[in-house]
Amino acid sequence: MATKAEVLRNKKYSEYIAAITPKTHLAQSLLYAFLIGGIFCLIGQLIYDSFEVIFPHYDHIRLGNITAMVLIAGASFLTGLGLYDKFARRGGAGSFLPITGFANAMASASMEFKTEGLTFGTSTKMFSVVGPVIVNGVVWSTVAALITMLVKVIAAAIGG
Amino acid sequence: MLQRLLTYLIVFTAGGAICALAQILVVKTKLTPARILVIFLVAGIIMQAVGLYERIHNVLRAGISVPIVGFGAALARGANQYAEQHGFIGAFAGGLAITAFGIGIAVVSSYIATLLFRAKSK
Repeated sequence: MATKAEVLRNKKYSEYIAAITPKTHLAQSLLYAFLIGGIFCLIGQLIYDSFEVIFPHYDHIRLGNITAMVLIAGASFLTGLGLYDKFARRGGAGSFLPITGFANAMASASMEFKTEGLTFGTSTKMFSVVGPVIVNGVVWSTVAALITMLVKVIAAAIGG
Repeated sequence: MLQRLLTYLIVFTAGGAICALAQILVVKTKLTPARILVIFLVAGIIMQAVGLYERIHNVLRAGISVPIVGFGAALARGANQYAEQHGFIGAFAGGLAITAFGIGIAVVSSYIATLLFRAKSK
């Protein structure tokens, strides 16, 4: 049973914690996420359009793949130089939601554990951050495709 | 020319808005970035599975394909495409198969970056 003094102390402590916790300025962080996320998407579109001009006979799938690959390789390189984090620090979701953030997460995880060796450090830890994305992506895309097949089979059975 | 500028404006605004939406989740809920990534990824898978993604992508272009939503949609598209080509076993392979371009270069470029550079102290 907490005494009156303890209750008062806990209350004061909570107030103190609330006072020293830095308040995130919602509007400001939204603006940065919007700007930085928007810029990454814009860069993606510019890469796509440039390759479309250079290789007019490529279909949109191949152009999409090239765009993703250029963005990923660029983000890995900038991560290596230590520039991605500098640029994206304020971006919040604007820097981790685009595909560049995926590459940044992989490159920084693998660089951080270089000291533990290329096999047990780098190779083991490379997917430590993006693992959930790959695992959930494979699981739920498989489920979605199987459901789509099932629906088609049932529709065909009813139709026939 | 004007058409092209309009496309870039749409791409910037849409991509920014999606990231701002994710940022609201960062600030207002205590969800970790990994969880938020998975939420947007699954949203992309669902949009692709119900046939909505293609139509949205035609308008928003890189504004929706550069955020992780596009990665989810690509996974679902691949799984579906391979299921049609190879029967139900294709559903297990298609997602990884068609996103392998991105994942492959992410692995290789991360490895090269690790060999070339030293991690900066935070």
